[in-house]
Amino acid sequence: MSKAINPPKPGATDPKIIRNFCIIAHIDHGKSTLADRMLQITEIVDPRHMRAQYLDRMDIERERGITIKSQAVRLPFVAANNETYILNLIDTPGHVDFTYEVSRSLAACEGAVLLVDAAQGIEAQTLANLYLALENNLTIIPVLNKIDLPAAQPEKYAAELAHIIGCDPETVLKVSAKTGAGVEVLLNEIVRQIPAPVGDPQAPARALIFDSVYDTYRGVVTYVRVIDGRIPHRDRIKMMSTGETHETLEVGVISPDPLASSAIGVGEVGYLITGVKDVRQSRVGDTVTLSGNPATQSLGGYRDPVPMVFSGLYPLDGSDYPELREALDKLKLNDAALVYEPETSVALGFGFRCGFLGLLHLEIVRERLEREFNLELISTAPNVVYRVVMDDGKEIIVTNPSEFPGGKVAEVNEPVVKSTILTPSEFVGSIMELCQTRRGTLLGMDYLSEDRVEMRYTLPLAEIVFDFFDQLKSKTRGYASLDYEPTGEQSADLVKVDILLHGDPVDAFSAIVHRDKAYNYGLAMAAKLKDLIPRQQFEVPIQAAIGARIIARETIRAIRKDVLAKCYGGDISRKRKLLEKQKEGKKRMKMVGRVEVPQEAFIAALSTDDNGPKVKAK
Amino acid sequence: MRTLSAYIHIPFCASRCGYCDFNTYTAAELHRDGTSITTTTYPDRVSAEINWLRNQNLTDDRQLSTVFFGGGTPTMISAPNLVRILDAAKTTYGLTSDAEVTTEANPDSVSLQDLEILRNGGFTRISFGHQSSASNVLQILERTHTPGKTWQAIDDARKAGFEHVSVDLIYGTPGESEQDLIGTLNDVADADVDHVSAYSLIVEPGTKLAARVARGEVAQPSDDVAAQRYGVIDAALKKMNMTWYEVSNWSKPGGECRHNIAYWKNQDWLGIGPGAHAHTSGTRSWNVKHPAAWAALIDEGASPAADQEVLAPADIAHEEIMLRLRLREGLELKVLAEAGIVEARLALAQGLLEVTDFEAGMAVLTYKGRLLADGLVARLWA
Repeated sequence: MSKAINPPKPGATDPKIIRNFCIIAHIDHGKSTLADRMLQITEIVDPRHMRAQYLDRMDIERERGITIKSQAVRLPFVAANNETYILNLIDTPGHVDFTYEVSRSLAACEGAVLLVDAAQGIEAQTLANLYLALENNLTIIPVLNKIDLPAAQPEKYAAELAHIIGCDPETVLKVSAKTGAGVEVLLNEIVRQIPAPVGDPQAPARALIFDSVYDTYRGVVTYVRVIDGRIPHRDRIKMMSTGETHETLEVGVISPDPLASSAIGVGEVGYLITGVKDVRQSRVGDTVTLSGNPATQSLGGYRDPVPMVFSGLYPLDGSDYPELREALDKLKLNDAALVYEPETSVALGFGFRCGFLGLLHLEIVRERLEREFNLELISTAPNVVYRVVMDDGKEIIVTNPSEFPGGKVAEVNEPVVKSTILTPSEFVGSIMELCQTRRGTLLGMDYLSEDRVEMRYTLPLAEIVFDFFDQLKSKTRGYASLDYEPTGEQSADLVKVDILLHGDPVDAFSAIVHRDKAYNYGLAMAAKLKDLIPRQQFEVPIQAAIGARIIARETIRAIRKDVLAKCYGGDISRKRKLLEKQKEGKKRMKMVGRVEVPQEAFIAALSTDDNGPKVKAK
Repeated sequence: MRTLSAYIHIPFCASRCGYCDFNTYTAAELHRDGTSITTTTYPDRVSAEINWLRNQNLTDDRQLSTVFFGGGTPTMISAPNLVRILDAAKTTYGLTSDAEVTTEANPDSVSLQDLEILRNGGFTRISFGHQSSASNVLQILERTHTPGKTWQAIDDARKAGFEHVSVDLIYGTPGESEQDLIGTLNDVADADVDHVSAYSLIVEPGTKLAARVARGEVAQPSDDVAAQRYGVIDAALKKMNMTWYEVSNWSKPGGECRHNIAYWKNQDWLGIGPGAHAHTSGTRSWNVKHPAAWAALIDEGASPAADQEVLAPADIAHEEIMLRLRLREGLELKVLAEAGIVEARLALAQGLLEVTDFEAGMAVLTYKGRLLADGLVARLWA
């Protein structure tokens, strides 16, 4: 294998030698390692500069081993036939929250490498993305990775993949991204199997935005796939969804560092920079055209990101509120899906109600706020969006449980998702039981292989947001995997449960739950709080209520003794300091009416540690 | 004008009790540390410190209104030597005509003869560390005396002419039943003393008892149990015509410990002996802790103080609230800031403060309030 000498320049590349592809893989199945090998084999990275997960930019990506934002890299490759080809590897995000972004990345490709761990088999999210790729008519190249592992079962999982895709098990490639075995064969297969892009070089330019990233120095960097025509340097482009026009200050390709060029041509993948500062001005899925000779028809498939999960974010220290606002404003520049508005909680003070694509998105935003902006945050339990129809026909969209209207409610609608669960067959029974208690409806079930089953359920998103994933993992010893996509809404018998402390409702603890589960929720929350809130100088009832009806009650008994018996001469300073320290500690308490609630109690009661998202889906 | 008192620390014990974290030493411990300080060489050093202190501030002509010998076990020092120390205080500072002079005593370590020497030497009050009449409780506390000794010692004290006799009790010891406590209180009633201090046992970190609790050998009673026991004590003492004058102290009329009250009223006092704390003109200071280090400084004619803290006005205000609130006499509401008054009103509504006293401008704890005094102090600081 040799490095391509004088490969064709961007903007002057014959589409016939271009192959646009992505890698569909589950977290930990080795996508980034495979990409690293491809960079090495094509020799576009100087060996001295090579590092693991070369393409992953954010610390969080590298640490968690997941890709949050996709990227595209141009790989000139001399194939076995000695011809030079341009391979564009479009990296796709690998999580359920980013399905729409994944779908746009797929739309930019003609083919996909389906990469599966030879020791674990396919996972639900991979399967979902595979279906998405098949819907986009992509050519699929099935590949088993990690064949060097002792636990690898390449024959078994090759049969499984063949069964899913409908191909011959013999055609499933076997590689080790770690050692590099089989990777060159794979590159040649990409050249051989994946069709070259077909576009009209003479037609008015149309390019699909599949990613958009904010860079502190350059402003927004927009990644596009040119479908028709070409996008030149120093021209005016137009965003077809909004009609906004910008000048292309720079166009180019990533190989793997940005390489400016005079244009990006038909079939090519590259980036453009216009100097806009907010990714909302350059939205994933939008079509870019030239304002001088605009296309009339956009590429289609564009949609605004819709937040599915909401949570209140509050600074632990109330005086950090302006910093939180500033941090959110900054994150927003790079995250078109993040929405937020100020909100006030009686219990938690000033904060923001934030909308996210899903739990992982929430977790990532929260982690970035804490890590990059040094903020300490309390987040309320995540909830979905409810559409409440009142008796008089008025509609209310509820994104915060405490705003759920009281009385005169005709109908409550909640979002539902279509979920896919892949599991070893021995757990089918427990999963059915779990889905039943979570108000799920079985849509179908298929055996992928002798001992692996794909189960499809409709489930309320709220149930998934609660602790479904953890339950699923614990009931299947971690073997089951889950994917879901929103499919609409359903009306359900949902009620708001309020938690009252000494008679005062604590807004942060209000939750919207199914009537059948209201009692259990109330009881569990009251019991949890009873353990978390220290005894006060008076008795504190903790009540759970639906409207005015109390459904559960616990009591924190009054503290009976809070006095040091002794206080001789020498102890006076010590005792004063002790009391002063205790009083200082109380400043970190939040007052709910007369009740002092330590922040730790809020954090623990609202904790998503027990029932929240787990990013590493292993 | 503040009154002046003296606290004289006697850092010796025959053996260390399992719950004790005080600055006190057994002869064996001192010997092991290579100290030349013994119960017989100690009194001269104490007298030397009194003289040294007096020479530091010759313009202060206040006489001592109270002197308190505490420990440790003051009666580890012979009665004549205790009297010699008191004499040193008399000749340097002088005593007011009605001065109260107290010594703590272990019922085991005093004879009638000792008590006579003390009474004739100017001691007016004696406080016996009885702790409990229940042998199982004394065992946990690792107290050496046998319960009956206290009553003999009290009789002897009366014979020797002591009008004011106090017993110290400890309640809430792991393993102490309510019946154990009632038995102790019955004995106190029979002894007809005029003062009782009752302290709930605090398991201090680093003590043998703390280690036993940590190992799970003995269980520390809950605060709820301690609160209930406090009620038993308060009721029993009321029957003996003793009322509380401070959260942990009860007396018959005229039997109050004035030295104790001087602390709560933030009066001035000298602190003499290793580790002793002093409070004079807005400054708290404390001596080096170990008897050997202390003695070395005394022998050099240097200050035995380890450090001092000059109290800021805010500290003084906090202390006044913290200390006065513990007294039956109460805290003047007018010293509270506005937010503190709001809290005081709330505490009144919660039944923590007495209504009649409140109307008279004083914050006085109710029975319930006494048990919750610390939390209330922090609120009144608001």
